[in-house]
Amino acid sequence: MIKLESLSKHFGKTVVLDGIDLTIEKGEIVVIIGPSGTGKSTLLRCLNFLEQPTAGTMTVGDLTVDVNRASRAEILSMRRRTAFVFQNYALFANKTALQNIAERLLVVDKWPKEKAYKRAREILQQIGLADKADAYPAAMSGGQQQRVGIGRAMATGAEVILFDEPTSSLDPEWVEEVLGLMKQLAAERQTMMVVTHEMSFARDVADRVIFIDGGRIVEQGPPSEIFYNPKDPRTKDFLKKILATNPV
Amino acid sequence: MDVLNVEYMVGLIPILLGYLPLTLQLAGTGMVLALILACLFAVVRVLRIPVLNQLTIVFISFFRGTPLLVQLFLFYYGLPQLVSALTVIDGITATIMGLTMHFSAYMAESIRAAIVGVDRSQTEAALSIGMTNGQMMRRIVLPQATRVALPTLMNYFIDMIKATSLAFTLGVTELMGATQKEAAGSFLYFEAFIVAAVIYWIVVEMLSKLQHYLEIRLNKAYSR
Repeated sequence: MIKLESLSKHFGKTVVLDGIDLTIEKGEIVVIIGPSGTGKSTLLRCLNFLEQPTAGTMTVGDLTVDVNRASRAEILSMRRRTAFVFQNYALFANKTALQNIAERLLVVDKWPKEKAYKRAREILQQIGLADKADAYPAAMSGGQQQRVGIGRAMATGAEVILFDEPTSSLDPEWVEEVLGLMKQLAAERQTMMVVTHEMSFARDVADRVIFIDGGRIVEQGPPSEIFYNPKDPRTKDFLKKILATNPV
Repeated sequence: MDVLNVEYMVGLIPILLGYLPLTLQLAGTGMVLALILACLFAVVRVLRIPVLNQLTIVFISFFRGTPLLVQLFLFYYGLPQLVSALTVIDGITATIMGLTMHFSAYMAESIRAAIVGVDRSQTEAALSIGMTNGQMMRRIVLPQATRVALPTLMNYFIDMIKATSLAFTLGVTELMGATQKEAAGSFLYFEAFIVAAVIYWIVVEMLSKLQHYLEIRLNKAYSR
């Protein structure tokens, strides 16, 4: 379970997150939508402590931290309970697909080599890239790289995988294979928080859609409600604009 | 014009080669120490560690901004005058000190640039899977920075091998010093120095080959 209480993030005088309260159950698929620059990515980055939140508390599993008093050990521990999929894949360029996935198990979890690589090969199988085990990122397509990026997140065994616009940098031809893998994970009830502009993914896969604007949660609910019966004028306005360019 | 005394040159080869180990020892020791120092400077600069960062900037500025020969004379003739205990510094030690500090100043900047050049999203990815800063540096950043810095560092090493010849001004009989002595005895300056030049040249060429081989190996991951 994930619980955020009055989480906020300021960059200087700019308020990016303005007191977010949010609870996510184990196995829940949450899609976060909203205009650019409204704090969606920052919210995910705060959960992984890639950004230091300004105030609030965060709970992931049995660990609760007050972000202001988080010790170095708590930050590390929080990072290890959350996994991140980056918009630009961010694979380790000096490591093969297999090594990218095994890295966490070898370095952080200190598994013996054989066990770590065995697990990494299972994941490669799941993401449909068993034949790319020894390929370096430079030799893979964008779609393949992002699937390895997801595989690397899967290997962490984290409570939740955070997806930060995972298909936004992809050429259109690779988008489907990445969304397909995410649907597969959703079907296995992997807890996920996804920031995306793929409205059809949100409608078909999400248990809950959260609309964020101005650093606050404006509206949330099942996709049927948000997409077909939005209450707040800002939600209506946003959906009208985005559905005009990205029809569901 | 006299003809080159080839017989003398052939005879000189084994004699001069006998001094090559000392030349390589000066350069090898200098390189290892300079690399260690340069890595420390680079980390201090990248992490902007207060006080140390400012000291490092001044150090680098001084050792890049003054001639190596001046630095060698400072260590060998200058320091003992200030602190009499330092008269124990012999020519070899002074040369290694000079080479280390002079070249570490240059290498620190190349290493710093290579570290900064590693894609920031990869360092975030390393942190996101729960690595510590040390693990991130060791496993992700430094291996990639090494690849970028390698050609420049090898060039500095080649430069350093040639710079060891300055040690003869401190009375060290390395390859250059030995050649000078031989030439002064036989008056065959051209013959003596051309043999010395060719020996330096062959050593440097061998290193260039090694550099080429290492670059191919390190670039394996980045080619399609």
